[in-house]
Amino acid sequence: MAESHLSAAHAEHDHKPYGWRRWVFATNHKDIGTMYLILSGIMFFIGGSAAMVIRAQLFKSGMELVDPAVFNSLTTMHGLIMIFGAIMPAWVGLANWMIPMQIGAPDMALPRLNNLSFWILPFAFTLMLASFFVPGSAIAGGWTMYPPLMQQFGDSFPMMIFAIHLMGISSILGAINIIVTIMNLRAPGMSLLRMPLFVWTWLITAYLLIAVMPVLAGAMTMQLTDHFFGTSFFNAAGGGDPVLFLHVFWFFGHPEVYILILPAFGIISEIIPSFARKPLFGYEAMVYATASIAFLSFIVWGHHMFTVGMPVAAQLFFMLSTMLIAVPTGVKVFNWVATMWRGSMSFEPPMLFAIAFVFLFTVGGLSGLMLSLVPSDYQYHGTYFVVAHFHYVLVPGAVFAIFAGIYYWLPKWSGHMYDMRLAKWHFWLSVIFVNVLFFPMHFLGLAGMPRRIADYAPQFTDWNMVASIGGFVFGASQLLLPYIVWKCVRSGKPVEANSPWDGARGLEWELPSPAPYHSWEFPPTEAVLAHADKH
Amino acid sequence: MTDARVEPRKYYVPHGSPWPIIAAVALFSLMLGAVLYLDGVAPLWVLLPGPLLLAFMFGGWFSTVIGENQHGVYHVREDRSFRLGMMWFIFSEVMFFAAFFGALFYTRMFSVPWLGGEGAKALTNFLLWPHYRATWPTNGPGHVGGKTFGTMSATGIAAVNTLVLLTSGLTVTIAHHALRRGKRGTLKVFLALTFLLGFTFVGLQAHEYYEAYTRMNLRLTTGIYGSTFFMLTGFHGLHVTIGAIMLLVIWIRVLRGHFTPERHFAFEAVAWYWHFVDVVWLCLFVFVYWL
Repeated sequence: MAESHLSAAHAEHDHKPYGWRRWVFATNHKDIGTMYLILSGIMFFIGGSAAMVIRAQLFKSGMELVDPAVFNSLTTMHGLIMIFGAIMPAWVGLANWMIPMQIGAPDMALPRLNNLSFWILPFAFTLMLASFFVPGSAIAGGWTMYPPLMQQFGDSFPMMIFAIHLMGISSILGAINIIVTIMNLRAPGMSLLRMPLFVWTWLITAYLLIAVMPVLAGAMTMQLTDHFFGTSFFNAAGGGDPVLFLHVFWFFGHPEVYILILPAFGIISEIIPSFARKPLFGYEAMVYATASIAFLSFIVWGHHMFTVGMPVAAQLFFMLSTMLIAVPTGVKVFNWVATMWRGSMSFEPPMLFAIAFVFLFTVGGLSGLMLSLVPSDYQYHGTYFVVAHFHYVLVPGAVFAIFAGIYYWLPKWSGHMYDMRLAKWHFWLSVIFVNVLFFPMHFLGLAGMPRRIADYAPQFTDWNMVASIGGFVFGASQLLLPYIVWKCVRSGKPVEANSPWDGARGLEWELPSPAPYHSWEFPPTEAVLAHADKH
Repeated sequence: MTDARVEPRKYYVPHGSPWPIIAAVALFSLMLGAVLYLDGVAPLWVLLPGPLLLAFMFGGWFSTVIGENQHGVYHVREDRSFRLGMMWFIFSEVMFFAAFFGALFYTRMFSVPWLGGEGAKALTNFLLWPHYRATWPTNGPGHVGGKTFGTMSATGIAAVNTLVLLTSGLTVTIAHHALRRGKRGTLKVFLALTFLLGFTFVGLQAHEYYEAYTRMNLRLTTGIYGSTFFMLTGFHGLHVTIGAIMLLVIWIRVLRGHFTPERHFAFEAVAWYWHFVDVVWLCLFVFVYWL
């Protein structure tokens, strides 16, 4: 990072530590945010490589590339790596970078704890990835780890359990830090309903994390004691029930999928007003909608297990509560569209990804509504339709929002502008081939192709080939992102103004580019706040 | 929000610290040790480095923070960060216990009656265990852990322990009031009483476990009753032990003259934790021992 752009007032406080200590002993929110984002990128490509092998195996019917056991390990690990390794650390990285800047704080409230939350993760992923290389290979029962199948894995079983415990500790500590920062370090005058939406959505996400990560830890502990210490939580002969695991797991699991998507809502709500050059339509409605979605996420877990054999009353309850979520989500999509309505729009890469998000996330949302209906779910359950659904909300949903956020804030982080043309290539390749990759999976699922299989009946071959081709091009085009970022940081054109985007609002754009090492050592004044609101 | 304006000081941001990475390594050693032991790769001693490193880390990290505090680095806003942090940490602990209480309620309300032939999954009973009648306590239709086993009554050690823990909640409150009024003598006595009661609780519980294992054939492996009983009371007992150690540390700090009537966050944090442990115990007493 070039230091020449720092204002004189900040430069004197800028004792930046050098060498390895800067990273290993880091207490600075930007350094820690950078480490989170790099880790997330590495895990994204590792998880992506697993996906490439999966798509290669499924290119045509017949067992030609990998052993079915390896295939099952790969699908399981692809899910766990992408959720815990790629998307969650990316959100925490963005939170680290942006929340102090957006609320006028000098840093995160608990800087040492912040370092610990990050440094737990490389160890956790070492344990998790190493489980590929122990006798019996990695666990292979799917990322949901249902017993009794999960109980049958060998040496990798405790490795995965303890890796997940470590990730859980990291997430809980990170979430505590984010809540404390937002509740305690806002600039004077920044009331809760004046906070940027990325801060709001992350606040609510952090509450979700604190509430459900310990529950996952509980579920994993029960697995561990059932396996090694003879407890009977999931053993019917002892009075337990394997379905108990499903309840505990999905009580974590459904809020978890909102943990993966709520910060995306925040980023999209920041970007669309910037490039439509209009204030966000219905700011307060957005906040309340986010809170409603978070609340509902705690009472819908049963829709993941309609076919397990639950009482009809429970099925009805979970079906209706799930369909309710469409209301606040609809409010959000409506407000994004209404923000763009008659806006003075321009289509820089962050905006392109944001618009694609609105359309494609909605596709995933609507297939979710189809899945929420108990009778139809009996047809769709465990098919590729479900795979299509959650990949639509997580890839052109969460991942596109991460890309949008990176392209939006990278000039602020680095003080350089990236190659706009290459970024647009990245966008167009991604948005076209993500649909080639995932849309055919709807057809495959409706035709009855089960998920998590290494081989399939020949009638499914055509759409699988299309999906695989989409997957290969989509995967390859992601290599553009690290190149664009690297080129931008090394030799991008310096950004002279505080903001390269003429329509952007918010405190982060009141800081010089690149932002000083300690964002707001002195809280911004009311005048700065008012300027950030209007711009 | 007025504090920030009244107080012109900068928020304290430490510059680099070795403790977090030591903590990460300690946690990793703990988990790796458990993996190596459970997978049968290494003998029991691999479990040792993790806790030792962890203890070293807690000592080092907390003395750094206490030292900073004694040097007047912290002010109102730092103090509030610590308070909020502790509050939400305790909430996450509550949710951890919620998972195990959820397991207890689910088995008692649903899975055991179903195994006995009621409701949605009556077929299991009909096909697999037609002679099984749903009762509680139970170790399941397969009698996992033996044909007969004893159960813990709510009027025995559990009642005594309830009294012990409730009394300790009272003594820690008396100590807090004494601290606020500057009565250091009362503070020292009642804080000491609190952790002594805490360790008494742990001792009595150890005795209860010993009885269960040696005389009652009640073990962790005694079906779902043994599983829920030992996991819930075991994790609670672990938390009481941690809480009592924290009280002991606070007591030593009191002896060294730390804390003022106005500012004593560490004391309050430990007191909150102690009340949390207390409330969990009341739930345990009602749902595990009594009902």
